[in-house]
Amino acid sequence: MTRAPGPGEPSPAPVEATLRVNGVAHRLHLDPRTTLLDALRERLGSMGTKKGCDRGECGACTVHVNGRRINACMTLAVMHDGDEIDTVEGLARGKDLHAVQRAFIEHDAFQCGYCTPGQIMSAVACIRECHAGSRDEIREWMSGNLCRCGAYANIVAAVEAAAGAEAANASV
Amino acid sequence: MHPFSYVRERSVDDAMRAHAGDPAAAYLAGGTELINWLKEGIALPSRLVDINRLPLAQIEVTPSGLRIGALARMSDVAAHPAVRAGYPALAEALERSASPQLRNMASMGGNLLQRTRCPYFRAESELPCNKRRPGSGCAARYGLNRSHAIFGWSEACVATHPSDAAVALCALEAQVRIAGRGGERAIPIGDFYRLPGDTPQRETVLEHGELIVAIDLPATARARRSWYHKVRERASYEFALVSAAVALELADARIQEARIALGGVAAVPWRLTAAERAIAGAPLERGPLMAVLATAFAEARPLAHNAFKIELAKRTLVQALEIAGAMR
Repeated sequence: MTRAPGPGEPSPAPVEATLRVNGVAHRLHLDPRTTLLDALRERLGSMGTKKGCDRGECGACTVHVNGRRINACMTLAVMHDGDEIDTVEGLARGKDLHAVQRAFIEHDAFQCGYCTPGQIMSAVACIRECHAGSRDEIREWMSGNLCRCGAYANIVAAVEAAAGAEAANASV
Repeated sequence: MHPFSYVRERSVDDAMRAHAGDPAAAYLAGGTELINWLKEGIALPSRLVDINRLPLAQIEVTPSGLRIGALARMSDVAAHPAVRAGYPALAEALERSASPQLRNMASMGGNLLQRTRCPYFRAESELPCNKRRPGSGCAARYGLNRSHAIFGWSEACVATHPSDAAVALCALEAQVRIAGRGGERAIPIGDFYRLPGDTPQRETVLEHGELIVAIDLPATARARRSWYHKVRERASYEFALVSAAVALELADARIQEARIALGGVAAVPWRLTAAERAIAGAPLERGPLMAVLATAFAEARPLAHNAFKIELAKRTLVQALEIAGAMR
C-alpha cells in the first residue's frame, strides 16, 4: 500500500498516463509510486484483481499487459502508458463466461476464491502459450499462482479441461 | 514508499543524461526487484529513470555468437531458438527461475543485478546487515545461515547471489557490455561480480550511472553441450539451494574441456577453474567424477548450518555433468 508522504517528504509530482483496461482508455494523473495493482483497484475501482502478498510471490494480482501475463503488484502504473491491460473483469462476453471460468466452476477449482482471478488470468495465458499439454506441464507453468486453500488438484484439472476443450475447438 | 520523481527515456544517451548528476537516481527496467526494494525501504531513490523503451530488447545472432539486449525479457530469451539450440544451460536456468509472470517482466540486465535473498537483508523490519546499512553488522554470520555461502564469504557478509542465469552465463563465458561516460566496455561475467570483503554493499563493478546494455555469448561447441542443474526446496518457483552449470566438450566418452560454475554457494557465480583442469580426460562416470571433484571443494568453509551444501553441490555438479554428457 502506498503510504502518504511523511512530514518533510514532498509528494512527488503526478505523472499523466493512459491505462487501456479491458479496451477502455483511462487518462490518469498518478503518484509515480502507485503500482498497477493499486491503480486498478484504488483509482479505477476494478476490484477483480486481488492483492495477496504485494511482493510478487503469490500471483493473486495476475493481469495481462499487451497479451502477456504479469504480476500487477510488481510494476508501476506509470510504466504502462498506452499499454493494453486485461483483467478478469474483461474475460466474459456479457453473461457468457470464458471457457476457463466455466472450467473452474465445473471442476470446483477454488475454495475461498481469493486467488481465483489470478489463477484464471494465469491459466488463460498458460493455455495460449501452449504450456498446458500435460498435468506436469500445467503444474510447472501455473507455479506462480499460490492457493492457500490447496485447491491445486482441481485447478490443474480445470486448466487441463479448458486446454483440451480449446484444442478440440481448434481442430474442428 | 519513499517519494521519487519519474522520467521515461528512449535512448541510452538520454537515460544516462537523466541519471547523471543525481547520486540517488536509479534505472527502472522490469521492476521485479527494484519495486520490492522500494516497498521494503532497501532502496531510497530520488528519481527513477524508466529505460523500458530503450532499443535494447533484441536477441541477435552475431558472427562470434549471440548478443542479448539488456532489456530482453527472461521469457523471450528462454524461448529463443538460438538460445535453446546453442546455449541450453541458459534456457534451462531461465525457465527454472521465478514464475512465468515474473519472467515476462524481468529483464536480463536486471537479472544480473538482483540482490541476495538473505532474509536478514530482506527483513521488513530492518536487522543488522552490512549490505543494507554498511557497518551495522551481519546477522547471518552467527544467525540462521542454512541458505548462505560456503565459498568466498567474509566476516562482513555471508550472503549468496540469487541469479540462476548468472551461473549459466559464467559457464558459457559471457561478457557483460556496459555503457558509461567513456563509451562502452565489455567485462567477462566472472569479473563483473565482487566478493564481499569489507564492502559487501558493492556487489558488482558497475559504477553509479553506468548501464548494462547487452550480454555477449561466444559460440562454442561447449556451449551447445551445456546444462544447468538446480536443486531447491520445492519443485518450482523457488531460488536455488545449490546449482551447477556446466559446458562440455567430449572425445571418446571422456571430458576433453569443461567449464563449471556453481550457484547458491557464494556472493558470486562460483567458477571451479581448478576442477575444470582436473576433470579434463576423466570418463563420464559417476565414481571417477566424484573422486576427481573431491579436491575441488577443499577450500569450502561452511557456516554453522550449511555444511550439507558441500556434498549437495558435489552431487549436483556430477548430475549436471552426466546430463550434459548424455546430450544429443
